[in-house]
Amino acid sequence: MKMGRKTASFVRLTLSYLVLIAIAVCAVYPALWVLLSSLRPGTALFSERLIPETFTLVHYKELFTNPSFRYGVWYLNTLKIATMTMIFSTILVTLSMYALSRFRFRGRKMTLTFMLVLGMFPGFMSMIAIFIFLLQLNLLDTHAALILVYSAGAVLGGFVVKGFYDTIPRSLDEAARIDGASHLQVFVRIMLPLSRPMLTYVALTTFTGSWVDFIFARLVLRSKENWTLAVGMWDLVNSYQNSNFTLFAAGAVLIAIPITLLFVFLQRFLVQGLMSGASKG
Amino acid sequence: MNRHRSTAAILSLLVMGLGQLYNRQFIKGLIMLAVEAAALMYFVPNIGRAVWGVVTLGEKTQGLEKIGRISVAVKGDHSIFLLISGLITLILFLIFVIIYVMNIRDAYRSGKQRDEGVVPASFRQTLAYVTDRNFPYLMLTLPALGVLFLTIMPIIFMIMLAFTNYASPDHIPPAKLVDWVGFQTFANLLTLKTWSHTFAGVFTWTIIWAVIATVTTYFGGLLVALLIEQNGIRFKKLWRTLFIIPYAIPQLISLLVMKNLFNGQFGPINQYLGHFGLGKLPWLTDPFWAKVTVILVNMWIGIPVSMVLILGVLTAIPKDLYEAADVDGATGIQKFKIITLPFVLFSTAPILITQFAGNMNNFNVIFLLTNGDPVKGDYQFAGSTDLLVTWLYKLTLNNSQFNMASAIGIIIFLIVASFSIYNYRRSRSFKEEDMIQ
Repeated sequence: MKMGRKTASFVRLTLSYLVLIAIAVCAVYPALWVLLSSLRPGTALFSERLIPETFTLVHYKELFTNPSFRYGVWYLNTLKIATMTMIFSTILVTLSMYALSRFRFRGRKMTLTFMLVLGMFPGFMSMIAIFIFLLQLNLLDTHAALILVYSAGAVLGGFVVKGFYDTIPRSLDEAARIDGASHLQVFVRIMLPLSRPMLTYVALTTFTGSWVDFIFARLVLRSKENWTLAVGMWDLVNSYQNSNFTLFAAGAVLIAIPITLLFVFLQRFLVQGLMSGASKG
Repeated sequence: MNRHRSTAAILSLLVMGLGQLYNRQFIKGLIMLAVEAAALMYFVPNIGRAVWGVVTLGEKTQGLEKIGRISVAVKGDHSIFLLISGLITLILFLIFVIIYVMNIRDAYRSGKQRDEGVVPASFRQTLAYVTDRNFPYLMLTLPALGVLFLTIMPIIFMIMLAFTNYASPDHIPPAKLVDWVGFQTFANLLTLKTWSHTFAGVFTWTIIWAVIATVTTYFGGLLVALLIEQNGIRFKKLWRTLFIIPYAIPQLISLLVMKNLFNGQFGPINQYLGHFGLGKLPWLTDPFWAKVTVILVNMWIGIPVSMVLILGVLTAIPKDLYEAADVDGATGIQKFKIITLPFVLFSTAPILITQFAGNMNNFNVIFLLTNGDPVKGDYQFAGSTDLLVTWLYKLTLNNSQFNMASAIGIIIFLIVASFSIYNYRRSRSFKEEDMIQ
């Protein structure tokens, strides 16, 4: 009897490990493949083996030296846009969601419902109008336009943050208010330190959002030296994908690395963010 | 007795800020006077044209006009610019009206205070009041302005477009004018054979896709989470980190990589199939297999998210439930069916519906992987894997069918909104029932 149980559990565990390994292979394979492809000599998509016989960094070098695209410039552009967007949207989102979560003012319920409704319109619907709006403000082909639009858009996705503030007990700020702190002091001294995980979550998602957006960026940024990485990659794929796959692979690796590392290191915050968004519906 | 309040209110009604000056709130009064002056300078020359533009969408077509003997090219009205700038002016006017009303109310209140023998607030007191009682409004002003001009205005604009004939080839400014046509666009979408056939096909596939995509990622995530959380499995953290990798890679990159992986001629997947003596599959070029591919790739991307969520729920299940079940002699399967599954389903049901709505609008997977292709001959500007959103995108950016795109956008909105309202009701009832918390 006891033996039987042991074998059953052994079989179960072995099977589970096999399945886990299979899933792990599927999960990691595409990333590994593109990484190894970027180190492979030649330009073709086709290759006999996964691990190349010789490794080369020539594609990475080409990214920065090829005159027909400006990978270095794009990288800096993207870094600038993503960082600014992250700062502005984090400030806007935390401030507005704090206000919506903490204060009971006239029009609050309506604002919340309105935000929900606005979030249900497909984002592309607004593209044309924003385009003409930016044209009239003379902001086309500028990075400021992208930062502006991304940051303003981030506010509508702030429900997760509101849910988070809802969970912080009100007695905390009430006590501080009785001690004579102003609203701003309560926010800066008490709420901000408490909301570190949430701030990290918002910063991370807004940073990656603007890092990889190619739809809107492609519409707004016209001249090549203003492009972001995502636009440049999109163009690369469309113009030379099959003829120069390894170059694409090298570019892809360089775009993905910062984001992937951020995600893996900040996993904890990410999970908390997802969860608090989830429990609030 | 109520002399001050009515005088102040009437003065403010006549000219913004006058009531405040009458109430001896000089700084406030002067600021308001300045606001009114600026507003008048902007609105007097603009508001008439704004209303005219929105109502008529322009009257003069671009063309040649004879002046004397020579014909001169005359710039016509650009209907779309007229519509947008008219809209912006009207929104600004609305804001101005709101400020005006607030100004009158403020003058009335201060006047009332004076009637009651109280000295009206000084400017410094007013400022203190704003940062204290009106703090939430202060915090929300800037985001609200951003949302107003970059989200609300564009949405109103697009809704209006659905009721015009703004489409290629006959109504594209600046060469031609655009006109209001009422519900004609919707009627065309549903009754014209070419459009209604495409709409029905794309709509059906969108629903099928959303259902399959949601179910596969959800139960895939559940399965993976359960595998990791089993008793006796070691390196739990390592597995979790490995499985989260697809989620961590930006979708733009992973999807473009996937497009190459599934490449029919040179892609490694078909190579491996060849190694095992199987034939190559037309992953992206055959209508049926393309649908399979997008679903498979979507599983790869979506399962990690569900896994993370469900792992969180699993750790929240009270351990004593399982202990009690052990005492009663329940088997592993029974414990799963009676404790784990209901618990997970209850706590994640709202997300399931959110994910369904999200999948309906899953632009990235379709657009980057197949671009809606393979092409379907009898479809109007759409391919076999196109969802409503990607169709909308193509209609807008590639085919300039703006009115049709807007109509489709409105339909997407209606569908998503009805799901969300249902969801909201349900999750509310969950909370009230306190079934599991």
